[in-house]
Amino acid sequence: MSDTTPHTTADERIKAEPLFSRLMKRPELGAIAGVVLVAIFFLITADSAMFTTSGIINFLTPAAQLGILAIGASMLMIGGEFDLSIGSMVAFAGLFFGICVMVWGLPLIIAIPMTFLFSAFVGAINGTIVIRSGLPSFIVTLAFLFILRGLSLVGLKWASGGSTQLRGVRDATENDWLAPIFSGDAFPALFAWLAEHDLVETFKNGTPKVTGIPVEIIWFVLLALVATYILLRTPAGNWIFAAGGDADAASNSGVPVKRVKVSLFMVTACCAALVAIITVIDAGSTDARRGFQKEFEAIIAAVIGGCLLTGGYGSAIGAFFGSIIFGMVVIGLTYTNFDQDWFQVFLGGMLLIAVLFNNAIRKRVTGER
Amino acid sequence: MTDNSKFHHGDVDDSVAPIVQMKDIEKHFGNIIALAGVSFDIRPGECHCLLGDNGAGKSTFIKTMSGVHQPTHGEILFEGKPMSFATPRDSMEAGIATVFQDLAMIPLMSVARNFFMGREPTKGRGLAKRFDVDRANEITMAEMRKMGINLRAPDQAVGTLSGGERQTVAIARAVYFGAKVLILDEPTSALGVRQTSNVLATIDKVRSQGVGVVFISHNVRHALAVGDRFTVLNRGKTLGTAKRGEITPEELQDLMAGGQELAQLEGSLGGTV
Repeated sequence: MSDTTPHTTADERIKAEPLFSRLMKRPELGAIAGVVLVAIFFLITADSAMFTTSGIINFLTPAAQLGILAIGASMLMIGGEFDLSIGSMVAFAGLFFGICVMVWGLPLIIAIPMTFLFSAFVGAINGTIVIRSGLPSFIVTLAFLFILRGLSLVGLKWASGGSTQLRGVRDATENDWLAPIFSGDAFPALFAWLAEHDLVETFKNGTPKVTGIPVEIIWFVLLALVATYILLRTPAGNWIFAAGGDADAASNSGVPVKRVKVSLFMVTACCAALVAIITVIDAGSTDARRGFQKEFEAIIAAVIGGCLLTGGYGSAIGAFFGSIIFGMVVIGLTYTNFDQDWFQVFLGGMLLIAVLFNNAIRKRVTGER
Repeated sequence: MTDNSKFHHGDVDDSVAPIVQMKDIEKHFGNIIALAGVSFDIRPGECHCLLGDNGAGKSTFIKTMSGVHQPTHGEILFEGKPMSFATPRDSMEAGIATVFQDLAMIPLMSVARNFFMGREPTKGRGLAKRFDVDRANEITMAEMRKMGINLRAPDQAVGTLSGGERQTVAIARAVYFGAKVLILDEPTSALGVRQTSNVLATIDKVRSQGVGVVFISHNVRHALAVGDRFTVLNRGKTLGTAKRGEITPEELQDLMAGGQELAQLEGSLGGTV
């Protein structure tokens, strides 16, 4: 503080802070601790089948589907905004994708980019209204939660001739060369090879119990890595934190706050589109209830992952682990003797603990007392 | 550090050309006259204090000087030429930086991230173009050390700094990004004694680097501790500029307080003002 302080080098001072207290400041710490705690809980209470390869893939699949949304939601939350319409966006993007494939008969190479473009456009509308009106994103996107869900219903009835489900997507996409990237299992050859060499569990006829890693898990991991890289290692990441931390201060320092926020809305909508494409091809149909209440689950996963509701703080890796906790709890309860409906209690409890924990962490970071 | 003699002061020669020179500036908003004749200049390497009570027109002054407002009458010269800035960003790029009271800092972000907010150094090209975190950290540590603040680590959150340290980060940031004129809007108004002396020491350091500091305050003692010249703003008018040593704290105080007191003062001091 004063001039008489001896000048020390930066490195020495960094080492002066113990690793533990540095870790304590990371936003994703709570989520990682949560994963460990939940895993211990199920190791004790659940059937041992839960932690075999197939068991793990079993709970990672729903975790991945939610996680793709949660990573988008966490970036948006760090940027200081909310999107309550992502669940409905999954249905709406699914409808658009279904129409592209079924009604217009487009190949995936055209249908998929069109779905992303269309979703980004809807996200941009969402974001532009929020930015231009200055209204809280909570209320604007709540409106879109209903608008998009309603449009999905109306659109499905139009496209399917009266039903709220559009079937036959699987047949239409089965032979498309792009389909394996968005559906089914990845690395089947690897697992077949592992089975041959008795490295994974096999059925009696020699085929592996797990034929590959579901593609959504690959997407989930890739997205978490890319989002983390953007947040921590690019100027855009710094702008996202700044825009969420204090939009005025960021704007005064030359950060294009409006562009950052609208882009985040577009990214979030594209995450919803990715989930829509994966699930629609997988299930072979699209319906109006797809993504129902996913917006809340995604926000919960993001909050468990360390995002502050006020913005400016959080991590994509946190949302990644938050989603894994979610998947473990949903699927894990089926391996135990507990009533499955404990799931919601569990989820609410986790959310509450996470919020209290995040608050404490924030005080630690900012040195508030 | 509260000891005045520690500051060496600018002692800028009158012959040095001012960076910004304002001549008889008037600024009207409709029928409101916010500035009614302001003359002010700032030379490199000096600290020119603008003293004024609340409502004297200080913020209009800042905005006019930094190019946000165009004056209704009068002339502003920037480096000898008539000044014409359309936006605050233009004036920032030309070298006029303003550190407002809210500091444009984000408490949850690290010092280094705040330091480079909106102007991040990058390395690599195309898709590999990325925020050069190591360089940002290094520069931040070095710049802060120059100002006499030893950060624990560059990733220390701004929220953990004291008010005075935050002010110093904001000043260091402006100077690093090439400010020739630094306008400080009441930098000491919300600070305690120790922190105030730190900020005053920072002003002194910045001045010795050749930056012209416009120190806006209503605290005469803080102004006198670092100022080289003093101008009082009252009811939108400047009442002349005094050099260091030509004016006492009491005189400045009474000038700020305004006309009535001024008349009494003139009587009691025998017309020395």
